[in-house]
Amino acid sequence: MLIRPPNDIQPSEITPRSIFRARRRFMRDTAGIAGAAMLGGGLSLLGARRAAALASDPDATGEKLEGVVESAWRTDEELTSYSYITSYNNFYEFGTDKRDPARHAGGFNPQPWKVEVSGECAKPGAYDYDDIVKPHQLEERIYRLRCVEAWSMVVPWIGIPLGDVLARFEPTSKAKYVAFRTVFRPEEMRGQTRAILDWPYVEGLRIDEAMHPLTLLTVGLYGEVLPNQNGAPIRLVVPWKYGFKSIKSIVSIEFTEGEPPTTWNLSAPREYGFYSNVNPQVDHPRWSQKRERRIGELFKRDTLMFNGYADEVASLYAGMDLKANY
Amino acid sequence: MKFDKRVAVAKTGIFAAALVPFAALVVNAFTGGLGANPVEAITHTTGEWTLRLLIVTLAITPLRHLTGRVWLTRLRRMIGLFAFFYLMLHFATYAVLDASLDLSYIVEDVADRLYITVGFAAFVMLVPLAATSTNAMVRRLGPVRWRRLHRLVYAAAVGGALHFLWLVRADLLEPLIYAGVLAALLAARLPPAVKWMQNRRSKIAAARSAAPAS
Repeated sequence: MLIRPPNDIQPSEITPRSIFRARRRFMRDTAGIAGAAMLGGGLSLLGARRAAALASDPDATGEKLEGVVESAWRTDEELTSYSYITSYNNFYEFGTDKRDPARHAGGFNPQPWKVEVSGECAKPGAYDYDDIVKPHQLEERIYRLRCVEAWSMVVPWIGIPLGDVLARFEPTSKAKYVAFRTVFRPEEMRGQTRAILDWPYVEGLRIDEAMHPLTLLTVGLYGEVLPNQNGAPIRLVVPWKYGFKSIKSIVSIEFTEGEPPTTWNLSAPREYGFYSNVNPQVDHPRWSQKRERRIGELFKRDTLMFNGYADEVASLYAGMDLKANY
Repeated sequence: MKFDKRVAVAKTGIFAAALVPFAALVVNAFTGGLGANPVEAITHTTGEWTLRLLIVTLAITPLRHLTGRVWLTRLRRMIGLFAFFYLMLHFATYAVLDASLDLSYIVEDVADRLYITVGFAAFVMLVPLAATSTNAMVRRLGPVRWRRLHRLVYAAAVGGALHFLWLVRADLLEPLIYAGVLAALLAARLPPAVKWMQNRRSKIAAARSAAPAS
C-alpha cells in the first residue's frame, strides 16, 4: 500500500483560497462577458458592452473615465445612490458634518497633482498623477464600505490595484509598512484651519495589506472622475477596514520599516488602532460595532467579519489577537 | 388680567414655536430632506431639541431674578413638557430603529456605553417629572415635595449634556457650548449669583424711577 508522505506539497504550491476564489469568479464573469460579446456580433462590441455594464446613475453627470473594465471583485448587493455617496461622508478636512464635504469641497483643485514616493524603495521621486495611474488598466470594483460610525454603503469604485502601483517603485526588503499622507491646503480645505485632528491626515498599512489584491488605489466612482468630496484625485479603498483607513487626496507614499503613525490613533489611541479591521466582535469603546445601518435601509443589519471579506483577508491576520490589535 | 393675558399669548407662541422642529422633521421625512441617513437625522434633531428646551427651562429662574418678571415661571411647564416630547421621540427612534426593540441590545448598550448610560439615566429621571406636571399632582405631592422632586431636572440636564459630549468623535465644540451654557445656568442658582442679579435689578429700577419723566 502506498502512503503518500504528508509533506510533499510545498506551501508555495498551494494557491490561497482568496486567489482561487477570485480566479473562479473572474473566469465565470469573463465567460459571461465573452458570451454576450459573441451574441452581440463580435469583438468590436466588447469595449462598448463592458462600458455599458459599468454602474451608472442619472445623477452622475461629471467627467467620465475612459477605458474602464469590470472587475471580478464585485458584490451584487444593491448600490448606494450617487447622490448619497457624494453628499454624506466623513472628510474632516472640509468639516466635521457629513454634509460638509459636499458643501465645501467645490474650491479644491485636484489637478495638477503630484505624489511624493519615498523611503525603502529603489525608485523614489515625485510622480505626476498620470505617472501613477496611466500605466495601469482602470477597473470598476463594487465594494461594501463600512464606516466606524456604524453606517455602510455599497460603492462602485474605479481604480487600480495598489499593489501593482507599489511594485513599480520596487520596495526593498526593509519595506514592512506603507505610510500615506493627505494634502495640506488649509486655504482650500476649511476643516484644516481648526485643529480638530493633527493635520495633515496620515494613514498606514502593513506591506502585505497594501499589496493585497483587494486594496484599491481609487480615482473614480460610478464611471466618473472622483468628486472632490470623496477624496480626489487619488485615494485608497481598503474594503475590509473601517472607512477612515481609506485615506483621501494622497500626496505622499512612503515605504517604512516601522509601523507608521495614523491620525485617528494619535487622536484617540484607545478607540482607533493601527489595524482597524471591521470586526463585529470588537466594539468601539463608546459604541457597538455589531450592527450597521446600510444607507437607504431603515433597520440595522449585522456587521460581517472583515466587512464580508474574511475569505480573502483573514489569512493576513492568522494567529493575531484581533482584540489586542484592534 | 393683563398678567394672565400676557401668559396666554406667550404660551400660544411657545406652543407653536416648539412644534416647528417636529413639523420640519415630518415634512423633510416625506420629501427626502433628511438626507442619506434619515434615522440619524431624526435622532440628532430630537436629541438637540431636548437639550435646548431643557436649557430654556433652566434659564427661566435666572431670567426672573434679572428681570423681576414672575410670570415667566408660568411658561416653564409647557417648555419642559416639550423637552420631554422630543426626548420620547429621541428614545423611541433609538429603541425601534437602532435597536429593533431588541431588549438585550438595549440593556447591553445602557450597561456598557457610558454615553447611553447617562442619556438613559436622564430619560428615566425626567419620566416622574413629566408624570407629576399636572396641577392635581402638584397638589397631591405638596409644593415642598414637588419642588424637591423636580430638582432632578438639574441632574437630567447634566446627563443630557454629557450624553452629547461623550458620543462625539473629535470635534467637541458644539457639545461644549451646550455644556458651558448649562454650567452658567446652574451657577446662576448659587446664592451669590442670585444676590448679584437681584441687586442689579433693584439698581436699575431705582435709576429708572429717579430719571426725570420726559
